[in-house]
Amino acid sequence: MQYETIIGLEVHVQVKTASKMFCGCAVAFGAPPNTQVCPVCLGYPGSLPVMNEEAVRKTILAGLMLGCDITQLSKWDRKNYFYPDMPKNYQISQYDLPLCRGGGMDIKLDGGETKRIRLTRIHLEEDVAKNFHFETTSGVDFNRAGLPLMEIVSEPDIHSPDEAFAYLTALKEILVSGGVSDCDMEKGQLRCDCNVSIRPIGQKELGAKVEIKNMNMISGVRRALAYEIPRQIAALEKGEKISQETRRWDDAPGITSVMRVKEYAHDYRYFPEPDLVPVVVTDNMLAEIRKLLPELPEARRHRFMQQYGLPEYDAGVLVADMALAAYYEQAAGQSKNPKAISNWVMTELLGKLAEAKQTITHCPVAPLQLAELVALVDGGQISGKIGKEVFVEMFASGKSPSLIVKEKGLMQVSDTAAIEVFVDEAIAKNPQSVADFKAGNQVAINFLKGYVMKLSQGKVNPRLVGEILLSKLRGS
Amino acid sequence: MTIAMMLHTQTIHELRVRLRRGDISVREVTQAVLDRIAGLDGRIKAYNWLNADDALTQAEAIDRAGVAKDGNPLAGVPIAIKDSINVVGQPCTCASKILQGYIAPYDAFVIRQLRRAGAVLLGRTNMDEFAMGSSTENSSWGVTRNPWDLERIPGGSSGGSAAAVAADEAIAALGSDTGGSIRQPAALCGCVGLKPTYGRVSRYGLVAFASSLDQIGPLTKDVEDCAVLLGVLSGHDVKDSTSVAQAVPDYTQALGKGVKGLRVGIPKEYFVAGMDREAEAAVRGAIQKLQSLGAEVVELSLPHTEYAVAVYYLIATAEASANLARFDGVRYGLRVAGDDPIEMYRQTRGAGFGPEVKRRIILGTYALSAGYHDAYYLRAQKARTLIRGDFEKAFEKCDVIVTPTSPTAAFKAGEKADDPLQMYLSDIFTISVNLVGICGVSIPCGFTVNPKLPIGLQILGKSFGEETILRMAHAYEQATDWHKQRPNL
Repeated sequence: MQYETIIGLEVHVQVKTASKMFCGCAVAFGAPPNTQVCPVCLGYPGSLPVMNEEAVRKTILAGLMLGCDITQLSKWDRKNYFYPDMPKNYQISQYDLPLCRGGGMDIKLDGGETKRIRLTRIHLEEDVAKNFHFETTSGVDFNRAGLPLMEIVSEPDIHSPDEAFAYLTALKEILVSGGVSDCDMEKGQLRCDCNVSIRPIGQKELGAKVEIKNMNMISGVRRALAYEIPRQIAALEKGEKISQETRRWDDAPGITSVMRVKEYAHDYRYFPEPDLVPVVVTDNMLAEIRKLLPELPEARRHRFMQQYGLPEYDAGVLVADMALAAYYEQAAGQSKNPKAISNWVMTELLGKLAEAKQTITHCPVAPLQLAELVALVDGGQISGKIGKEVFVEMFASGKSPSLIVKEKGLMQVSDTAAIEVFVDEAIAKNPQSVADFKAGNQVAINFLKGYVMKLSQGKVNPRLVGEILLSKLRGS
Repeated sequence: MTIAMMLHTQTIHELRVRLRRGDISVREVTQAVLDRIAGLDGRIKAYNWLNADDALTQAEAIDRAGVAKDGNPLAGVPIAIKDSINVVGQPCTCASKILQGYIAPYDAFVIRQLRRAGAVLLGRTNMDEFAMGSSTENSSWGVTRNPWDLERIPGGSSGGSAAAVAADEAIAALGSDTGGSIRQPAALCGCVGLKPTYGRVSRYGLVAFASSLDQIGPLTKDVEDCAVLLGVLSGHDVKDSTSVAQAVPDYTQALGKGVKGLRVGIPKEYFVAGMDREAEAAVRGAIQKLQSLGAEVVELSLPHTEYAVAVYYLIATAEASANLARFDGVRYGLRVAGDDPIEMYRQTRGAGFGPEVKRRIILGTYALSAGYHDAYYLRAQKARTLIRGDFEKAFEKCDVIVTPTSPTAAFKAGEKADDPLQMYLSDIFTISVNLVGICGVSIPCGFTVNPKLPIGLQILGKSFGEETILRMAHAYEQATDWHKQRPNL
């Protein structure tokens, strides 16, 4: 039997702000437990929340980048449930008036075609604390409690592990490019819960929904789904029933196992948060945020191909990293040969950075210097081979290429009189090769060329060497 | 009795004159009040907690700084604080076992204001547990007595604050008012109590009962003191998103202007069968007095009044059910062990909350539950809008609305304790004000004859109309001597 898979993703993204969602505590990853806390985020009696406007603005920015409708009169609600990681035993969240509704994005599939994944909504809420379990006791670290958290809910448009992977990769790329979040999954800045169900093709009603948690990497999401879908199919084939449950992904063995079975639907008893006033997004505020809209990665990729004449592969590599793309644009903008710049960036520069374990933001070679290097090669002042040596020196010392060429006397010799001296010496010292050439062995000239290059320590223009050699050999 | 020994009977404005002149020290005033508490509170039980040394240390510091001499209106005045307002380093129990052992790590906004003004913070006054009640009988630490008749309750939930002021155990006190919790005990104890407009005073640091209804306010011996203390408490606070950025006037400037030309609205729904006759007669007498002073009386109707109690007990309990969820034994206060977190919550909350608090948490949880939310919580919100509309219309015809504060004078302890519905009806005249968000003040307007018990007059104003209600309250007070009568203790 053929089965259809339906996947819905709930992605929680930590919005990049200096302070928490409803208090002034700093956002600091890895601080000692319970040091980034105050009466508000600890839920002390009498404390009150105050909205972090920056988090609201960034969520709206995310919504605009993802084509959502922005709710201009939004509000906060209390979501009630008891759990030790909840300081107030209710979470300030958004129920029926989320900041962003609708929207979606195109993902690129392996075959090259694109597919639209629709979004249901994006709302803002406060993060919970983190529980730790020791041998006989448990502890709660409230440093994370109250961090601004965006929840991005997709429509059930995703049908395979690869689509889920492509969706998350694209989503992350967009949010990072807008400065909305760093989306570092290892720091818990991007967390993803999957809802997956399968049904025989043609069946109308949906299969039982299984929620999978505990994926720490986007590739983990793909692997978890790639495990879970065949598991469900195999169970159905055996005549078993899929139960509505939450399963935990364990990365090392690569399996999912039952965490809890959903016996009843939670009643969160949502009601409007009386401690906060409604969020009014004015036209002015929207216009201001629109000004911050960055070029989306997909659009930038296209522009790179058109504006700089780059192949799709080059554009893809450069755009994947915002800082790299910016570096490239600065260099290419100063160069007559943007494609050469791309080659240098992708091979020499990225290679050197990887070797030095450095990022582009700490690159010792300024974009302008790279453009200058390309101009030196293109203008025939140095050869491509010498260029690579110069680049190594640039990376090590941060000096400009022209200075290095000058200091080391690497300027290519294009003066025909100078070259003739080398050519004459080569002809005088290698009578055998000259004779071979004259006897019709064309390849013999290559030996003579190499001899000239050696004599000149590679500094003469190889094209001119060939021309002068030919005329001398034919003329004499 | 020497003058120094009588300092506890003084008002804020009387003390201010003498402190400024340097006739007396802040320490002397504080000592006088502490002596009064030591001699009397065994019978009244207004205080849950008191640190005399701390109060005297504050007093001496204020004396040294000399701030009481430079005219700061509240400098050197000992003020009692309701046990639901956080004062750093002090317990804040809300009269609940569940907060036993909790020491506040921060000052409420109003406490910072009081400190800045140079007030002496006295101890913490008794209340109904989490401000849920009208008699101060729902306290885990014992029942507070009405200074006018020790067999009777002082009203509630700010009963400890009202009793302390009435018994001269504090010069003034802070209370909080969610459905009448300042005005009703003020009426029953014969003092002045004002519920400010929602947003006038920051709630930051007040342990929440019902967030959309709670306001902190003053309980004082007379109207001028009320104006002084309100001025210090008021102001915008960035830590309370619902506090309003509106300039704070000098409320004492509104006093002494008389009532000529002010239109007094009398809502017919507030003079109903079942009201105590002496109380009704006193309030009607007060209205005549206002008329004789030059106010114009306007009959009007607030047609949705009958729904107010039901609406209040749905909205207040719904909000409370969430507000009180944080008391779980994880971070502070009482913890009763359990095999797992859920069991710990059950044990802790079962042992920590009293019956009235449990009743209201259950009621509020029910009103918000799936399937009942629309029928109860949502309908109550709609009815709240209608009640607000009643008042908006009424204030087109009048400047203030005058009503009784409470349908009866103070009742006997235990009389209504087993009948929550009877108890809830003690608030029928006060709760609409909280639902609408406007301001109201209760002032003494007479006494029952036998026994002699105070009766309160409630004056309601528009949003941010505190100056108008204080002006009228002051005019009435100056024309009568009810506020000068003291209980025989």
